[in-house]
Amino acid sequence: MTNQANSTGANKISTLVMAAIYITLILSIVAIGVGIAAFYETGTYEVTLYLLAIGFIAMALSGYYLLQSRKHTANLKIEAPKILTTIECVKCSIKTTRDFQRGDYVYKEIEKCSKCEDMQVITAIYREPTAKEKEKEKPAAV
Amino acid sequence: MINPLAQSPIFTNQFGIGSGDPVLTILSLLSYLFIFVFIFYGQRIQMYVMIREVENSLFKLKLMKEEGRKTAVETIKEIGKPTTDPSSKVDRYLDYFTISPQNMDPAGIVNKLDHILDVRDQRMKDEVKLMAPASDEVQVYNLENTLEAAMALNFIYKVVRHYYLQGKKTLSLYTIMQLQMILPMVMKEAEAYASALKAFAYGQPIGDGAGPLIAARIMHGQEVHKIPKDCVYAEVPFENRTALVMKAEGPGGNVGKPGEAVQYLLEEYKGKVTAVVMIDAGLKLEGEALGEIAEGIGAAIGGPGVDQFKIEEAVVEQKIPLYAVIIKEDIGDAVSMMRKEISDAADKAIERIREVIKERTQEGDHVVIVGVGNTIGVGQ
Ligand SMILES: [Zn+2]
Repeated sequence: MTNQANSTGANKISTLVMAAIYITLILSIVAIGVGIAAFYETGTYEVTLYLLAIGFIAMALSGYYLLQSRKHTANLKIEAPKILTTIECVKCSIKTTRDFQRGDYVYKEIEKCSKCEDMQVITAIYREPTAKEKEKEKPAAV
Repeated sequence: MINPLAQSPIFTNQFGIGSGDPVLTILSLLSYLFIFVFIFYGQRIQMYVMIREVENSLFKLKLMKEEGRKTAVETIKEIGKPTTDPSSKVDRYLDYFTISPQNMDPAGIVNKLDHILDVRDQRMKDEVKLMAPASDEVQVYNLENTLEAAMALNFIYKVVRHYYLQGKKTLSLYTIMQLQMILPMVMKEAEAYASALKAFAYGQPIGDGAGPLIAARIMHGQEVHKIPKDCVYAEVPFENRTALVMKAEGPGGNVGKPGEAVQYLLEEYKGKVTAVVMIDAGLKLEGEALGEIAEGIGAAIGGPGVDQFKIEEAVVEQKIPLYAVIIKEDIGDAVSMMRKEISDAADKAIERIREVIKERTQEGDHVVIVGVGNTIGVGQ
């Protein structure tokens, strides 16, 4: 009950905020336009400077918030990573890698080796880091 | 009428008021308004921005929590083949709580905590068996871990929501600010649990399993004995010494009770053991490499502290030195699927253990090697 009430409240606020951001964005573009027009009409640059300053500040602010909310929605996806299983024949040390299957575990004995008829063993189950993670974890320069 | 502002040259020249141009006058008044609004309402505006940020995270936490519940229910349905819909039971389980013992008079608190944790553990397992009657022992362990991760997500969501609602209700900048400051860390932990959930549901090894993985690598191929509680050990010839290697019994999601197991081994081999080496995943600092190995002294084990206490008691009784080798990873890596770097670090860690034992013990000695952590997805 409380749950529902607060989520609709939150939605109301965020739509209001979004509307305000879009209006600010439009107004800032108008301000810049009017400012440039004023320069051509009057030849003085005072009004133009004011309007341009206000326009650019408002545009920067609304752009910042827009980008931020965009970033948040992009972050919401939870991606499933790829899990790999390494299988090894102890005798002839042949290594193969395949996708993880349910029921796999490290040191589980599975089907016979194609060469020596000996049992093969799972020696590792791991996930490869995503490109994003690799980028994040570059060794610190300091 | 004389415009008083027009008398002042500063206002006339630099701020445009009184210059006669109506556009300029409006603009300068607007900019004053802007300044005043920011002076008096700046904090409030800042607070709304923060509330919005917290709201975004809360929404994400809610998605994660629901995803967790869904994964738990689906896994139970798939593995446990229940006759009725387990959803309501799962919901009840998600709100399950544990009250830690009173610590006003701390003597004997370890036993109380130990007992309470035992009762909790048993209760959880019974509940899972009821929910998923078709599951075998390994699957019960994995399902229990899956539900625990879902519980953690549920709890995080509720706590963050509590402070968010309270902050919004009282419009207290400091409540909201504190919440917003710790949110990055909270979110990191929540994300880790969300990915742990999948690992638990499928029975994949997690980063915390580094200790058991290393123990398994040393003991693999030897005769394995069960010891209390939920642990296994093997006698392994190691650098002309005898290593008693132990870990939690796999491959189900299980940490066992290494405290009791070490007590048991030291009792069984009384007077023979000359060193105890513990291997565990340790928290890395930001900037340190994942899978780095570090070495130290003391009982390398996390959790509520009961096992650490028991191990310390046991080694102190016989005056046995206690060494620790840790594999560095961050909280996210510790509870999500094991990364390749951690899996690859196992051989390096074994080398390190070899060195410690060669330097610190004599040939023919007995040493205990303990692989601490959740052994999900790691057999022996
Ligand atoms: Zn072979």
